[in-house]
Amino acid sequence: MGGIELIDVTKRFKSDVALDAVSLRVAEGETLALFGASGAGKTVLLRLIAGVIEPDAGRIMLGGRDMADVAPEERGVGMAFQNFALFPHMTAFDNIAAPLTAQRKGAAALKAGVEAVARLLKIDHVLDHAPRALSNGQKQRTALARALAGAPKVLLLDDPLRNVDAKLRFEMRLELPRLLAAQGATTIYVTQDYKEAMALGHRIAVLEAGRIVQIGTPAEIYLAPATLGIAQLFGDPAINLLEVTPETDAHGPLARLSDMRAPLDPGLGHAVGRPCVLGLRPEAVRFADADAPGAIPVTVEAETPLNEKVVSLTVTRRGREILVSRPAGAPGPAEGPAHIAIDAAHALLFDRETGARIAPRAPDAAQRGTAKRGAAA
Amino acid sequence: MEHTSTLERVLRGLAIALIVTFFMFPIIWIVLMSFQTNETILRSPPSIVFAPTLSNYVALITGKLESAAGTLDIAFMRNLGNSVLLSTASVALALVLGVPAAYAFARHKFRGSEDIAFTLLSFRFAPPLLVLLPLALYFQDIGLANTYIGLIWVYQLICLPLILWIVRGYFEDISADVEYAYRIAGHSWFATFRKIALPLAGPGIAAAGLLAFIFAWNNFVFALVLASADKQPVTVGALAFVTASGIQYGQIAAAIVLSIAPTLALALYAQRYLVEGLSLGAVKG
Repeated sequence: MGGIELIDVTKRFKSDVALDAVSLRVAEGETLALFGASGAGKTVLLRLIAGVIEPDAGRIMLGGRDMADVAPEERGVGMAFQNFALFPHMTAFDNIAAPLTAQRKGAAALKAGVEAVARLLKIDHVLDHAPRALSNGQKQRTALARALAGAPKVLLLDDPLRNVDAKLRFEMRLELPRLLAAQGATTIYVTQDYKEAMALGHRIAVLEAGRIVQIGTPAEIYLAPATLGIAQLFGDPAINLLEVTPETDAHGPLARLSDMRAPLDPGLGHAVGRPCVLGLRPEAVRFADADAPGAIPVTVEAETPLNEKVVSLTVTRRGREILVSRPAGAPGPAEGPAHIAIDAAHALLFDRETGARIAPRAPDAAQRGTAKRGAAA
Repeated sequence: MEHTSTLERVLRGLAIALIVTFFMFPIIWIVLMSFQTNETILRSPPSIVFAPTLSNYVALITGKLESAAGTLDIAFMRNLGNSVLLSTASVALALVLGVPAAYAFARHKFRGSEDIAFTLLSFRFAPPLLVLLPLALYFQDIGLANTYIGLIWVYQLICLPLILWIVRGYFEDISADVEYAYRIAGHSWFATFRKIALPLAGPGIAAAGLLAFIFAWNNFVFALVLASADKQPVTVGALAFVTASGIQYGQIAAAIVLSIAPTLALALYAQRYLVEGLSLGAVKG
């Protein structure tokens, strides 16, 4: 019983609402990546769970137990801070040993416990160093080791890779899932990096200005983002956004791009006539022959090889810029006039006013589809 | 490394020497005076060359002041002992009371916390003479006049606000996350205070304690009014050297040397704690 459940948790600082009725459930052993820009309330959420600040309203349950009036030291939580928050006057060993001394472990068990987790994180050779003598990467690993040492049921990781260099971040991104799985703890992993969120989370919760706007698997978040904002945050290169007003013809709904008809998902009939934004992932656009159906004439302006893929910047006749991504090695024009075609199945449609995604309806619903407001996922 | 010319270095050395001489001169002069008799001190013109004598120190330590008018009993060593006792006990009490209070003011913002902290600071605003007379009357009523406990209590007016406000600043400088981390690791708030907050604020507590000690040591007026001869510290006791047969400059100088020695020694000893870095690079901003 190590799940985390938040029910309508609200936290205000003076008049600022940091968290606005957030409800969240993380199953035992699951890793939830909590993603959001700075100031979205991610750290506040972790601190509420850890118990170092108290919610103004709502309930926090850990392992089915209500945590109101339970002191932080009694919650059985491990937490790694973004700024590491190591104890500056203690050695790395004593830092990592802190949760074990609290459990009143004997000297031998203490030593064994610290060394095991230090070996796991490859910092066993710097255990007698003071924090100031550690490199950033070692500090980060020490902070992580301290969070893991007590074998907590709930692990809260507050952007632990934020302050480490790119190489280490990449290594840790590969190592962490294995580590977390071995630990078996229920984990909330806070990050501002969408790649980290996708790599580490079984599910991702997107937090925006104190509200959770979407929770889903990485694939769901990427392929079916709830809002325009989420679509922009996930993906590199960024999603192409084109203002369109869907029309309809005998084949179903379509978007008009450079006077060419780009067919849309048949379930999007209810979006016809509404001002929308068409979201096209660069990989949902491909170069096509001039006579392919729906081919749009463009000019290739620039090409960026990114080793595993090539990203081309193209410009339509009306001056709209569209990024096209293709796997490295796939043929494509380096510059000059070309044609592109879009992959209707992966085109996303957003309401221009609210930014909410307009989800395709099931075919029978699409039959009745009028200009009614689309359901946001 | 910045390159400096020889001339610049010479000038800089000269400037530093001048400043040090300026500030150290009174102390050097006092030390020299303490080894002279009243006659050599008062001769004109003054000279650095003299036959050193330990008679001043002997007089202080034996408590027999030989002067032209005869032998006078003085209680300088007792005064010195009183100073040590009063200052040490006052600072110790102020630390016991002030450090936890400073921690509370730094970490817990409760209704009126700022007002209480400011009230404590305001004890330092009022001139001591303003409160002395009523205090002396009260002390006589409740039997605290001319007791060590009464003096130590009144000395809290000097020590407590100082320690409270300096140490509070040091506690506020400790990242709250470091303390949270220790609590989340499973330690009580009191263990966190003892194992994290206290050691990290250590240099600040040492500095505040030292400063409070010096203020308490140098206090004159409280002890003058509230204590009689056998409880008086050196600051008041030094008045005894103004005798009917003249001012005993030599003994005054020796007394000053003896009375600044403890604070000087304490400052030199505490120096290494004072310069020790506070944050030690564990938190990245």
